[in-house]
Amino acid sequence: MIDYIRINYQLIWEAFQQHLYLALIPVILAIIISLPLGYIAVRYKKLYYPLVNISSILYAIPSLALFLLLPPIIGTGVLSPLNIIIALTVYSIALMVRVVADGLNSVDPAITQAATAMGYRRVRRLFAVELPIALPVMLAGLRVATVANVSIVSVGALIGVGGLGALFLRGLQLDYLAPIFVGIILSVLLAATCDIIIVLVQRRFTPWVRAGGRA
Amino acid sequence: MITFDKVSKTFPDGTLAVENLDFELPTGKITVFVGPSGCGKTTSLRMINRMIEPTGGRILIDGKDVMSQDAALLRRSIGYVIQHAGLFPHRTVIENVMTVPNLIGTDKKKSRATAMELLLRVGLTESMANKYPVQLSGGQEQRVGVARALAADPPVMLMDEPFSAVDPIVRAGLQTEFLRLQGELGKTIAFVTHDIDEAIKLGDKVAVFREGGHLAQYASPQELLENPANDFVADFVGRDRGFRSLSFDSSGVLVLDSVDSVRSGSEILVLDDAGRPLGWAGPGIADERSPLSVAGTFTAADSLRVVTDLAISSPVGIAVRVNDSGVADGIIRHPSLVRQLDERRRQRAGTAS
Amino acid sequence: MDYLEYLLDPEHWDLAVTGNIPSLVVDHLYYTVITLVIASLIAIPVGLYIGHTGRFSFVAINAGNAGRSLPTLGLIILLVTVIGFGLLPVIIALVILAIPPILTSTYAGLRAINPASVDAAKGMGMRPIQILFRVEIPMALPLILSGLRSATLQVVSTATVASYVGLGGLGRLLVDGLALNQYDRVIAGAVVVAALAIVLDLIASSVQRLVVSPGVSGRALTRTSNKAPSSSVGPATATAG
Repeated sequence: MIDYIRINYQLIWEAFQQHLYLALIPVILAIIISLPLGYIAVRYKKLYYPLVNISSILYAIPSLALFLLLPPIIGTGVLSPLNIIIALTVYSIALMVRVVADGLNSVDPAITQAATAMGYRRVRRLFAVELPIALPVMLAGLRVATVANVSIVSVGALIGVGGLGALFLRGLQLDYLAPIFVGIILSVLLAATCDIIIVLVQRRFTPWVRAGGRA
Repeated sequence: MITFDKVSKTFPDGTLAVENLDFELPTGKITVFVGPSGCGKTTSLRMINRMIEPTGGRILIDGKDVMSQDAALLRRSIGYVIQHAGLFPHRTVIENVMTVPNLIGTDKKKSRATAMELLLRVGLTESMANKYPVQLSGGQEQRVGVARALAADPPVMLMDEPFSAVDPIVRAGLQTEFLRLQGELGKTIAFVTHDIDEAIKLGDKVAVFREGGHLAQYASPQELLENPANDFVADFVGRDRGFRSLSFDSSGVLVLDSVDSVRSGSEILVLDDAGRPLGWAGPGIADERSPLSVAGTFTAADSLRVVTDLAISSPVGIAVRVNDSGVADGIIRHPSLVRQLDERRRQRAGTAS
Repeated sequence: MDYLEYLLDPEHWDLAVTGNIPSLVVDHLYYTVITLVIASLIAIPVGLYIGHTGRFSFVAINAGNAGRSLPTLGLIILLVTVIGFGLLPVIIALVILAIPPILTSTYAGLRAINPASVDAAKGMGMRPIQILFRVEIPMALPLILSGLRSATLQVVSTATVASYVGLGGLGRLLVDGLALNQYDRVIAGAVVVAALAIVLDLIASSVQRLVVSPGVSGRALTRTSNKAPSSSVGPATATAG
C-alpha cells in the first residue's frame, strides 16, 4: 500500500481535493439556503409541514438516481460535477431545513418572551437570542449532513466525477486492494475531521451546553 | 404491620444510607417518613418492596421477611406511587390502572370494572379512561398513579413524594382527598415527603429522619410539635410549631360569647334575615349598609388554629362561629381567646409534671 | 432524445419479457427485505442490550456517525474484491450499512425512556423481561422504527449502487444504461428507484403511525392540549442518501 501511495500520490491528492470540494461546497450552500427556509417554516406555521414533507421526500431519493435525474431537469451534462454538487446540496438542505426549524422551535417561549419584554425587536432577537440557543441542534444536523456528503461523493465515481470514489473503481478493475483501502481511509478521515471541526466550533460557540453537563 | 428490625443499608460505594433502623408502622395507618434530602427516607421506603435491598437487619410485613419472598410477587402485593407518577405513556389511563391486575392474571372484564370504579374514586371522570397520560395535568397524573397503585387492592401502599411535583393548591386538594380515601380504605401506608407540613397533615405517625439514616424521632404529629425530642427535630418542624400544634385541638373546648353581645355597641355584627353574618359595622368601622367582610367563620368542628387565625385576621379582632346552616351562634374576642389558650397551656403543663 | 422512451415503452412492463421493470422492482425489494431482516436481527437485540444495561454505550453512540462516514461504494467494492463477485459480499455490505442507524436509534430510544416509568413498572412487580417487552420496547418504538426507516432508505439507495458490481434490481437500468449510453434507460431506472424509495418511506411513516401508541407519538395531543410531544413521527434523519 505504501508503494501504491508513493507512486500515485499525485493522483490520490487530486482525487482528495476533488472529494473535498464536491462534499463541502454543498454544505456551505445548504447553510445559506436552509437558514432562511427553516426560519420561514417556523415563522409561518402553515409552511412547516409542507417544507418538512418535501424535504423528507427529496431525502428519500437514492443518490445515484438523483445524480442522473438532474441533467434533464436543469440542463447540465450527464457527466458534469454540477450534478453531484446540486444533488448533495439538495440532500443537505432537505436535512438542514428541518433541523433549523426544529432548533428554532426548541427555544423556550419564556426566553423569547423575556427578550421581547426587554425590548428586542424581531430580527435582533433572532440573531442575539434564538439562533444561538438553537445552535447546538443545528450544528448536530450539520454534522450529519457533512459526514453523509463526504460518504456519498464517492458514488459520483460511477458517472465519472467522484473524488476518492475513482480509487475504488480503479481497485475493482485491477483487482487490487491498495487503492480501495486508501480511498476508504481517506474518505473516513475526511469525514471524521469535518465532524471534529464542527464539534470544536460548537464547543467554542456554545460553552453553556457543556457548562450544564459538568454541573 | 411493617416492622423495621435493625435495618441498615450501605451502598456499594460505601455510603451509609440507613443505619440500624428499628421501628414499626401500624396496620391501617399512615406513617410518614420525613426529613431533609439525603437522610435515607426514600431508601427506607424502597427497601419495603425490595426496590433496594437492605444490607443488614430484616423488614417484616405482618411477620413475614420481605427477603424470603419472590421480589416481583411481593411488589404486586404492595401499592407503589412515585413523585412523577411514572405512568406508562404508551397506555391509556384505564390500561395504566389495570397494570397489576393484568400481571396477576385477573379477569380483564373484572379488572376493567374495578379500574373504572377506582378512577371515579380518586376524583377522575369516566371520560378520562381512554386518554393518554400526555393529555393529563400533573394533578390528574398523580390521581391515576394512586388509582393504579390501588387496583389490585393491596393491603400496603408505598408513596414516595407523590404530591411534591404539583402546585400548592392542587397539592392541598390531593392531600385532603387522599385522607378521605384512606378513611374509606384503611390501608397500611408508608409515605415519604420532605415537607413537614404535609407530614403533620397526613401522618398518623411521623418518623423524622436525619442525615446518615438515623431516626431522630418517631411519634404522632401532635407529640412531635409539642415535645420535639431534640434540637434537630425542633428545628426541622419549624418556628411556628406552637401555632401549628393548635391544629390538633378542637374549638369545641372554647367558651364563646353570645351573638347578642355584638348586635349593638362599638362593634356590630350585621346579619341577614336568616341570621347569617354579613359583615362588621360600627362607629369608625363601617356603615351598617355596607359592612366590612367578616373574613371567614368557623364551625364547632374546626381546630383552635382556625379560630386563632380568624381572630387575628378579623378587622375587629373577633372570630364568628356558625352552625351547619351558616347561622351565627357565637363569637370569641381576641383577648378572651388568648386567655383561654393560656389556661389550656397551664393545664397541660400541670398534667405533664 | 426522448428521456422517457424506455420508461413508457409497454414492452419494459411486460412480465413475460426478461429484465422487465416490475421484476426489477421485486428484486430490489427482495434485497432490501433480506438486508433489513438480517440487520434488525443483529442491531435491535444489541441496541436493546446496550440501552438496557448502559454497557458499551460508546459503541451505540458512535455507530451512527461511523456508519454514515463509511463510503458505501468503497465498502461494496472492498468486499467484492476480497470475497469475489456474487450476492454474498453485496448483502454483507448492505447489512453493515444498515446496522448503525438501527442500532443507534434502538439505543437512543431505550435511553430516552422516562426512568420513572421503569421504576414504576419494577415497583409494581414486573419481571425484567416484562419490563422490556411491555414498557421499554413500546416506549422506544418511535425511535426504533425511525432507525428502521433510515436503514430502509440507505439499503434501497446502496443496492442501486451495488449494480455496478453485478447486483440485480433497479440499479441495473442505471448501470447498464450508462454503459450502453442509453440515457432513457438510465432515466427509467432513476425514476422508478426514486419512486420506490419515496413509496417505501411513506409506507414506513404510516406504519410508524399505526404501530406506535398515540400516547408516545404525541398524536394524542393533537386533539387537546398544551404539552409538547415527547417525540414525533417525522421523516428519518440519519441516512446517507
